[in-house]
Amino acid sequence: MKQHDIQFDDNGQLRHFLTIEGLKRDTLTEILDTAENFVTIGDQQVKKVPLLRGKTIINLFFESSTRTRTTFELAAKRLSADVMSINIDTSSASKGEDLLDMLHNLEAMHCDMFVVRHMQSGAAHFIAQHVSPHISVINAGDGQHAHPTQGMLDMFTIRKHKKDFTGLKAAIVGDIMHSRVARSEIHAMNIMGIPEIRVIGPHTLIPPGAESLGVHVYHDMEEGLKDVDVVVMLRLQRERMTGALLPSESEYFHTYGLTQEKLALAKPDAIVMHPGPINRGVEIESAVADGPQSVILDQVSNGIAVRMAIMSRVLGRQPQGALANSSEGET
Amino acid sequence: MQASTQDSHDVSTMLERMVTDLATLLSTRQISDPVMIGIHTGGVWIAQALHQALEIKQPLGSLNISFYRDDFTQVGMHPQVEPSSLPFSVDGQHIILVDDVLHTGRTIRAALNEIFDYGRPASVILACLIERSGKELPIAADVAAEHMDLLAAQHIKLTGPEPLVLELTPAKQANK
Repeated sequence: MKQHDIQFDDNGQLRHFLTIEGLKRDTLTEILDTAENFVTIGDQQVKKVPLLRGKTIINLFFESSTRTRTTFELAAKRLSADVMSINIDTSSASKGEDLLDMLHNLEAMHCDMFVVRHMQSGAAHFIAQHVSPHISVINAGDGQHAHPTQGMLDMFTIRKHKKDFTGLKAAIVGDIMHSRVARSEIHAMNIMGIPEIRVIGPHTLIPPGAESLGVHVYHDMEEGLKDVDVVVMLRLQRERMTGALLPSESEYFHTYGLTQEKLALAKPDAIVMHPGPINRGVEIESAVADGPQSVILDQVSNGIAVRMAIMSRVLGRQPQGALANSSEGET
Repeated sequence: MQASTQDSHDVSTMLERMVTDLATLLSTRQISDPVMIGIHTGGVWIAQALHQALEIKQPLGSLNISFYRDDFTQVGMHPQVEPSSLPFSVDGQHIILVDDVLHTGRTIRAALNEIFDYGRPASVILACLIERSGKELPIAADVAAEHMDLLAAQHIKLTGPEPLVLELTPAKQANK
């Protein structure tokens, strides 16, 4: 499985952003540092920088999304790129247009980047394999595989609130099985050096062999939440479930829903994250989602800066030969 | 080929000259309450000294012009130093913009663009430690401690922050 190789160009620079798996800590740190710089653009009267002026970015959303699509659009606009979002429901498919034909048509319109969300795992990789050499692809979520920009914005949020990854205990709670967020998050947490990563959920929603990802598996939420610094709640992905994996939502909430009582088992300054959209009263109660420890809306704001950093990183590759060793910046 | 003596490379002497010239310029223009912005990284070091010597009331601002560079598509994204920080509104302010070396003028072009994205200043004064040859844009320093004629392949660089030292790379060693 050498799927991450495709992310780099011939000069070893990040060309696509498809998965966090296999990336180096330095690369992730540079992205987080760059994102830090983009946060202050929100203070400007003109909330824009001219970095990607003249570049054309196309958001290809084969699956619905509000938050991710909007933040990708805003990120592109704040970088002064021209962006358009295409929601591909069944309309073009129903006309019988092949995916590659559609891509080649879009390429003929001289675009520079595709941001792809698709219900099938591997879709962004597939597209990255077939685009012209000057085009970059960013994975905005593919099936149950990966959602790397979400993973990065969560790392950004954790670093912002906890300053540092060393010594942290993090718990990811809920539907690990169907969650691309969980997968990207676990890779990112491991790469950034979070020493203890726990996943908490019922047997039916934790993939067998999850330990091989470098996590501790808990089925008892009270036990799993004890003394953690970071709680990541996942959405119950009812649309991806087939068959009876759960008895009922109310029973799920009773066992794995995050309530103030359960949160009290974590460290007093623990932060609560959720990639959204939240199912209130299913995986999290409103008092927690809107409470003082929740950083859920902060995640959304951070998503813009982090996506700006990733977009400018892949579109700002140095031409061959000009590559200086890019780790002179100490932070 | 070095036009300057060891003595004129003494940064603290040069800073004193800048302070005097800036004070004169401010009084000529009847500016009593300017704000100061340094450009990362060398410009901030110089600005810190000037800011203190001129007793400027508002805190020092700093600019990281990476996102406004005109060579992004050629050199790509560099690892970042520190974000821009303008802890005041620039609207209607008289700004002293500070950099270490004025060369092509492209950095200043980028800095001006960034400043104007924060608001509309009343005026901008450009103060540099060194104004060297090699101008590519119609941008000149209002205050410069020294003007130097250098070959295109020569580089002059400020290292710091403590102590601030100017390093001149002769043409032979210069690469990149």
